[in-house]
Amino acid sequence: MTRFLARRLLQMIPVLFFVSVIIFVLINLVPGDAARLFLGEEAPPEALASLRRELGLDQPLYIQYLRWVGGMMRGDFGRSFKDNRPVLATLLQKVPVTAELTAAALLIAWAIAIPAGVLAAWRQRTAADYGASATALVGLSIPNFWLGIMLIYLFAVHLRWLPASGFAPPTEDLGRNLRTIVMPAFVLGVVLAAVVMRQLRSSMVEVLAADFVRTAQAKGLAARAVLVRHALRNAVIPVVTVMGIQMGTLLGGAVITETIFAVPGLGQLAVNAIYTRDYPMLEGVVMTSALAILLINLLVDVVYSLIDPRIKLAGGRS
Amino acid sequence: MSLAVGTLPGAGSASAGRRGEQLLRRLARNRLALAGLVVFSLVVLLAVLAPWIAPYSPVRTDFTAYLQPPGPRHLMGTDELGRDVLSRVIFGARASLEAGVIAVGLAIGAGVPLGLVAGFYRGPLDDGLMRLTDAMLSFPQLVLALAVAAVLGPGLAKAMIAIAVVLMPVFMRLMRAEVLTQREREYVDAARALGAADRRIIWRHLLPNSVAPIVVQGSLNVAGAIITEATLSFLGLGTQPPTPSWGSMLNAAQQYLTQAPWLAFWPGLAIAITVFCVNVAGDGIREVWDPRTR
Repeated sequence: MTRFLARRLLQMIPVLFFVSVIIFVLINLVPGDAARLFLGEEAPPEALASLRRELGLDQPLYIQYLRWVGGMMRGDFGRSFKDNRPVLATLLQKVPVTAELTAAALLIAWAIAIPAGVLAAWRQRTAADYGASATALVGLSIPNFWLGIMLIYLFAVHLRWLPASGFAPPTEDLGRNLRTIVMPAFVLGVVLAAVVMRQLRSSMVEVLAADFVRTAQAKGLAARAVLVRHALRNAVIPVVTVMGIQMGTLLGGAVITETIFAVPGLGQLAVNAIYTRDYPMLEGVVMTSALAILLINLLVDVVYSLIDPRIKLAGGRS
Repeated sequence: MSLAVGTLPGAGSASAGRRGEQLLRRLARNRLALAGLVVFSLVVLLAVLAPWIAPYSPVRTDFTAYLQPPGPRHLMGTDELGRDVLSRVIFGARASLEAGVIAVGLAIGAGVPLGLVAGFYRGPLDDGLMRLTDAMLSFPQLVLALAVAAVLGPGLAKAMIAIAVVLMPVFMRLMRAEVLTQREREYVDAARALGAADRRIIWRHLLPNSVAPIVVQGSLNVAGAIITEATLSFLGLGTQPPTPSWGSMLNAAQQYLTQAPWLAFWPGLAIAITVFCVNVAGDGIREVWDPRTR
């Protein structure tokens, strides 16, 4: 296990290296100059020159890149162009918010997808199956920002049950926290629920046709026990894989939901960084989310081996 | 499956025609997929014929009739500048469809050749390209698209490029995987034994035999591309005003949610219907074409 973890962690280094190169090159392709963005169009040239020197913008690009990466390794992600605060401090503030949102979205997605997927596979080619599958397709097709706006209209404007936007940390006011998180988490969870349900249905269909399920049925086990203990346990592995792949979609979706519901997480931070051209912040958000995705995929592989002891944690896929 | 029998990969065009016919017949039996294709064709028709179908100009403002609820004169109401929402929804189909189809086309155009070369020649080039796709796929797709769109600046064409950049690694990996299995097949050995050059093997044998998964993936990605374009426009990075697009209409509608909720309703419904049809049709295409799901 330790060797497996060490190996996978080492494999992340080249990927993160490429991610850092891509985002650095992208940002340096942007026309315009950070010093001018920072000081405004009317800044005197001396001030621009001294700020460029201070930010290291007068150095060649590869030096700038090495400085940036070197800084990150020491925990220094640079300073925001906007408020001059260290990027890392802001990131650490935002990560828990997005983590709570995505975790809540995951729970909602499972709560919808697992019963629906099992039912659809168990009652194959019945109205229940067609209904669940069609609902999943609808869920995949609704743009999440539209769903968000419609929910705000229904529950906040029309019924006045929930706040339209905003966020309260759980440590301050748990009730308010839940009321502010439920709509964005639902919006974020819907697409995932659809993907998971479809995957679970198709792998359940396969497993239910397997011999060991017939054996379990033949020895007189209750349908429930066969479904949960035998079929679901085996069908859930591809589902876990999909969850790992969907993590990127989830973080991307967080960009939209956080913007619509004014949730102060990483997604909102990314959009604001793009609007205000706060490049150090954008670089920090991208690196953080790439790292998060890699770590979650590692976690997924570890979870595999817990669900199915037959899977050995040998080297990774590559 | 019976249709695989006697249909050698890369065989003559007569059997390819028969195979296409069989696929079409199978697709016709999938009623949901067919309905999706029909409705999607209607949306395409609306977009193409927009100037003749739309009751009003999509950009003409009328300050005597702003924020009017749906009624006989304006079936979907009017927006904050008095523009007819129905006409804007009809014209908005253009941006969405263009983005969906062109972005996926660009992604295929860039990803497929790179995947072919990587899978065929292997070696350091392959390693480098694969690490690059690893890195690109470890971005949240939307964040990458946003970053690329931010670098390129706002505009529909630029949004399409951003979407294509994000989708490209998917096609590259798919094509590479396909080539890796195809290149070990006997017919490639046979072609090589007959003295075929690499280029001929790639273009005449590997590419045609790898088309199916690319088409399936592509049709499913059109739906995603339409949503991504709408998202970018919603965030102000795609289609620019006054040109109507469903995403930018939704963005503007947010401000008037209490007074004029219909502004947010119609464009979203249009996206949902279009994407639903593409998804259903894509699913149908996958089922008839991908032997694994049969």
